[in-house]
Amino acid sequence: MSILQVSTSPVLTPIARSPGYWSGVVRRVSRDPVAMTALFVIVALILMAVFASSIAPADPFKSAMLRRLKPIGTPGFPLGADELGRDMLSRLIYGARLSLLMGLTPVPIAFIIGSALGITAGYVGGLTNTLIMRTIDVFYAFPSVLLAVALSGALGAGLTNALVSITLVFIPPIARVAESVTTQVRSLDYIDAARASGAGAFTIIRVHVLGNVLGPIFVYATGLVSVSMILASGLSFLGLGVRPPEPEWGLMLNTLRTAIYNQPLVAALPGAMIFITSIAFNVLADGLRTAMDVKS
Amino acid sequence: MLFYTLKRFILTVPVAIGVSLVCFLLVHLAPGDPLTAVLPTDASAELQAQMRTLYGFDKPLPVQYGLWIWRVLHGDLGQSIATGRPVISEVFNAVTNSLVIAAAATLIGFVLGSLLGIVAGYYQGTWIDRAASLISSLGVSVPHYWLGMVLVIIFSVQLGWLPATGGGPDGSGNRSFEWNYLRFLVLPAVTMSVIPMGIIARSVRALVGEILTQDFVQALAAKGLTERGVFRHVLKNAAPTAFAVMGLQLGYLLGGSILIETVFSWPGTGFLLNAAIFQRDLPLLQGTILVLALFFVFLNLTVDVVQSAIDPRVQRS
Repeated sequence: MSILQVSTSPVLTPIARSPGYWSGVVRRVSRDPVAMTALFVIVALILMAVFASSIAPADPFKSAMLRRLKPIGTPGFPLGADELGRDMLSRLIYGARLSLLMGLTPVPIAFIIGSALGITAGYVGGLTNTLIMRTIDVFYAFPSVLLAVALSGALGAGLTNALVSITLVFIPPIARVAESVTTQVRSLDYIDAARASGAGAFTIIRVHVLGNVLGPIFVYATGLVSVSMILASGLSFLGLGVRPPEPEWGLMLNTLRTAIYNQPLVAALPGAMIFITSIAFNVLADGLRTAMDVKS
Repeated sequence: MLFYTLKRFILTVPVAIGVSLVCFLLVHLAPGDPLTAVLPTDASAELQAQMRTLYGFDKPLPVQYGLWIWRVLHGDLGQSIATGRPVISEVFNAVTNSLVIAAAATLIGFVLGSLLGIVAGYYQGTWIDRAASLISSLGVSVPHYWLGMVLVIIFSVQLGWLPATGGGPDGSGNRSFEWNYLRFLVLPAVTMSVIPMGIIARSVRALVGEILTQDFVQALAAKGLTERGVFRHVLKNAAPTAFAVMGLQLGYLLGGSILIETVFSWPGTGFLLNAAIFQRDLPLLQGTILVLALFFVFLNLTVDVVQSAIDPRVQRS
């Protein structure tokens, strides 16, 4: 007994893994100065959102008619005041909370649902594939902005409805990518080998399929984050997302639209924040894509 | 070719039916009774029941869908609750207006995007490529509704060169090729063009890069063809896909024009959608979305068929 234990234990200890694919990806991304700058901007924005209450110099809700539409550089109002006399800097800082929440939440949720649908359709095939993918095709047939506006318009304005709409918009494209990658992987020899060795469907998906398909789906989904940011703020801009007086960049851009004649720079600030966030995510996604593409 | 067209057409039918089903169900997704917007809050139960019968809301959903689609196939999208006018005529006018800027934007985006993409693809890895790619990255990352505001601030508010909002000098909705009308088109079209510009530039860059690595390019160069001659071959190979991307962009722009139309108060489909949503004018909402989505479906079909006609490689894949 004891001999047996001694003899098997070295086999049971996991072999130290050779530096894998993902550590290579991380290494390549970390050597890309452009992608790292983008990551730095994103981290800074997230920190700004988390610590908004300690960073913001003033109450983002406190309005005063006398201070309406102050220009940038007004003493006490470094970035001016909005149409209700609220401190722009504080509102922009607090705005990161809802804007990032709205822009960032839909993609991971859509990633999970879309991947699950696509992998199931791709792996099971047959009638299941037809049912799932033809339904997906119908939603994919709508231009994304139109679908988001139509859904949130029908559901009614509000944060949750906007989140649901944007998530629904991203499920079809992710599912399509997941399905096509899974179909490719499924026909490879090692899947046949696993099936021949008696592995069940779940084991094969978990061990052999997921590891090979999640990467490409992930790369595709990261590219959607910037679209999601623009779309989420866009819904608020239309009045379909966050309600006033909450600080949110898209909504702030909308309420400041009439101010373009008096304080154009102040009016353009919230949009600049959306732009910075969106481009940072886009650049990081590009960096990831390059780093994950082993061929190039 | 004919077989492919037919097959592609048959595949489109279920999608179109699905799209109509989604548009139909949208109304029933809406919270509350679809009639609340039309009726006064103190309407008697009798009147409510009467109206329900009038609009057909008392029938089971499948029957309602059948009746609705029957009317739609006969060109009747119902009546707008807010204005009482037929939805079809409202949508038709709006689509025409939206198509004007979407087409102009696609054209601008295609020309600039192709130029950027070709240059970037040809000089891949150099600073020219990086500069061109940066511009296309900016194009796809910019919140276009904000860009619209910035352009209005610069060219209307500060410089006073172009009108800030509106669809024309007299609001009559007339179209003409005079500068007086066209100048209203400039800012919305330019704003909208950054999206197709970025996307087309990216696709063309990837295309050109891929074509340049193919053997036939080397063969052409080896047989002594001038660089310009080789370039022409590369363009010919990239063109079908580039045109396909452009075609689809037109559809995306038309469907996504609501944000830009809101910024510029342009009297198109976006404006109509906005009105329909906030007045809870459900027939108008349903009709507008249906027309836009079906337009996109058939545009997809057309692009596929045309692309396969000019590029036989598509059919084989």
